[in-house]
Amino acid sequence: MFDLVSFIPRAVMQGIPLLYGSTGEILTEKSGNLNLGIPGVMYVGGICGVIGAFFYEQAVPPESMNAVLAIGIPMLCSLAGSLLMGLLYSVLTITLRANQNVTGLALTTFGVGIGNFFGGSLIKLTGSEVPSIALSATSAYFSKGLPFAADLGWFGQVFLSYGFLAYLAILIAIVSSYVLKRTRVGLHLRAVGESPATADAAGINVTRYKYMATCIGSMVAGLGGLYYVMDYACGVWSNNAFGDRGWLAIALVIFTIWRPNISILASILFGGFYILYLYIPSGLNLSVKELYKMIPYVVTLVVLIIVSMRKKREDQPPANLGLPYFREER
Amino acid sequence: MNALEPVKTAIRMEHITKRFGSVVANHDINFVLKKGEILSLLGENGSGKTTLMNMLSGIYYADEGQIYVNDQPVAITSPKDAYDLGIGMIHQHFKLVDVFTAVENIVLGLKDEGRLDLKKARQRIVEICERYGFEIDLDRKIYEMSVSQKQTVEIVKVLYRGAEILILDEPTAVLTPQETDKLFAVMRNMKADGKSLIIITHKLHEVLEVSDRVAVLRKGEYIGDVQTKDASQQSLTDMMVGHAVALNIARPTPVNVAPRLVVEHLTVYDDLGVKRLNDVSFTANAGEILGIAGIAGSGQRELLEAISGLYPISEGSIRFHDPKASENAPPKELVGMDPMAIRKCGVSMAFVPEDRLGMGLVGSMGMTGNMMLRSWRKGKGAFLNRKAPEELANRIWKELDVVTPSTSFPVRRMSGGNVQKVLVGREIAQDPAVLMTAYAVRGLDINTSYTIYNLLTEEKMKGVAVVYVGEDLDVLLELCDRILVLCGGQVSGIVDGRTADKRQVGALMTRVEGDSRHE
Repeated sequence: MFDLVSFIPRAVMQGIPLLYGSTGEILTEKSGNLNLGIPGVMYVGGICGVIGAFFYEQAVPPESMNAVLAIGIPMLCSLAGSLLMGLLYSVLTITLRANQNVTGLALTTFGVGIGNFFGGSLIKLTGSEVPSIALSATSAYFSKGLPFAADLGWFGQVFLSYGFLAYLAILIAIVSSYVLKRTRVGLHLRAVGESPATADAAGINVTRYKYMATCIGSMVAGLGGLYYVMDYACGVWSNNAFGDRGWLAIALVIFTIWRPNISILASILFGGFYILYLYIPSGLNLSVKELYKMIPYVVTLVVLIIVSMRKKREDQPPANLGLPYFREER
Repeated sequence: MNALEPVKTAIRMEHITKRFGSVVANHDINFVLKKGEILSLLGENGSGKTTLMNMLSGIYYADEGQIYVNDQPVAITSPKDAYDLGIGMIHQHFKLVDVFTAVENIVLGLKDEGRLDLKKARQRIVEICERYGFEIDLDRKIYEMSVSQKQTVEIVKVLYRGAEILILDEPTAVLTPQETDKLFAVMRNMKADGKSLIIITHKLHEVLEVSDRVAVLRKGEYIGDVQTKDASQQSLTDMMVGHAVALNIARPTPVNVAPRLVVEHLTVYDDLGVKRLNDVSFTANAGEILGIAGIAGSGQRELLEAISGLYPISEGSIRFHDPKASENAPPKELVGMDPMAIRKCGVSMAFVPEDRLGMGLVGSMGMTGNMMLRSWRKGKGAFLNRKAPEELANRIWKELDVVTPSTSFPVRRMSGGNVQKVLVGREIAQDPAVLMTAYAVRGLDINTSYTIYNLLTEEKMKGVAVVYVGEDLDVLLELCDRILVLCGGQVSGIVDGRTADKRQVGALMTRVEGDSRHE
């Protein structure tokens, strides 16, 4: 029998990094910037958190670790790392007007390279036998669920068993949706992505909105990397383990028609697809298992085809997505 | 109410000069808008109306001169400055976000206190609409609106920002007569409310209908102003086109004139179902330059595109007398042929739209590459013949004095005049039987323009039927053997270029009865 009570929490935990990534990318894309560097940004967000946690764990014995510092240091490191990545992208594409696709792809390669470089260095530093670093003490703080969750049976397991970063992801998605839809800042941001010339003529500072949206979006996405290492992977960093989650996050943006609130459910759905192969009995035939592993990608392809056929104007990407803005070029 | 008190001016521009590179768009202009009047700014295409107004709306900054708003000297450096001074301009191309509702577009960019309160904004918008008589569905998305509704949103947007001075750039160009009447009613309401308005237009009957005063620009210079009640269509046309200027373009008498292209009863509709050409008939003769005059958007583009097979034709025929065919061969019917086949017959078009690179040239390629756009089919098998285009590029480079470091230099980075030389040079090199050019000298300096005129005349003497769509009446009258005048998609007359005068053509362009002479 399909065990929903154990499946849903795992699907959620798979979905949270995707939710961070897609929320961050939606904020970015609403400003007209197509940041394909999100996988790299998330990777950097993860490794920076690891670096922070690693040095804190090295400096302080496990029993005297302070909860605030144990969470705060990796988080600040992660945010700072992804902010730098976002800034890099912004300077290149907004100020220097480099091609957004090329810059994004380069940023992904760069981010993964940086992550693997520092990951490898840290593994060397620990001198461990296996090619990974375990930061279980820090991870314990990150993955701590609500204490009474275990007493509430299936309800507790499905809804309350996650670390705080999972709830933060959902909160950020809801707030982002509200800001985009209901506030003046959101209206201006959407206008910048739709028609920067119109926004400019209306007295909106296009450059500032693009910078802010891209940098904040990167920071949000970077938290996805942090969540992945600290909560999902129980504090174990090994190079390239993050996989293709960043790309799935970008595909989710299209799937959710640029709405962070829809992304909450969509991310969990995709998280479910991601691990579905573990729950479908396939016997000992490994090749069948590999086919099941393809589900999220097949679904992504199907979804991309379906959403490309949408006709409604509101469901289209921001009209100026991927294009640089030049005031003089009219 | 002191009668001696001078009427306060809403806008005063003194000695305004604006140049774009070597082209002077506005030269030493003195311009006044009085409080509470509707002023028409009249002029031909390229006379500098829009440039002048863009300096008020903060898009351009004057090279010389001073602007006063409400008698205070001001510097308008951005659209925001203009808003702050109470100047609002409604451009021909609307600045609206398509997926937003009318309300969202109207409040966009305003930094009111507190959170976004669309309800309160809506109340104020409804008040404005009621006051001036706008009819508008505030919750409609812009992309669902008609052009006139979009225009209404633009005007309300400007009023919502507290504009006291409104500038409308050819607002009626896109409106039906009923919508135009509505707009004029609204304009009168705004005037009654103490606002000052400038309307840019070249439709004379509208000028006479709506404005209090008319100011005329010609070729970047301020010609003068006149009270509308003292003006007539004829007097305004005279001011607009001015007296003939001697240009001394060589115009040899045509030899061996024979019909080459016979167009009969040509009618076309655009994708919105609007009639763009209405029963157009004419003959383009070999060995002649046929000029086509008309206000922008009178169907010139559609005519050329229809002939080259790029525009769907609903009625009419275009018959082509092939010079290579034998004497008695029947003419070929071009309607229904595809563009490639038409081109093969020797009907060549050099169209220079607003964006010179948009049609005909690939900006990032060099001259050689652009030559190959016409010759790529001539190579053997899968390989391109690079040699011939290279030679052709070198020839155009030398003969037409194109300023470029090499034939592989991207044409996008050449100056406009040089780009046009490349385009026209390439079309001429195809050895066409019919050569059509549109706005071939737009934005060019005098010398380059003459180079192009001479090229066209040379082609004419070679026995090519040249069709020249132009903007400058002086040039048309000195260059062309016959001039066809289009007005609203119809032929309003065909005149002899040697005997016609400017007044006559100007009158035909704006449909004033003149002694039009059909050949």
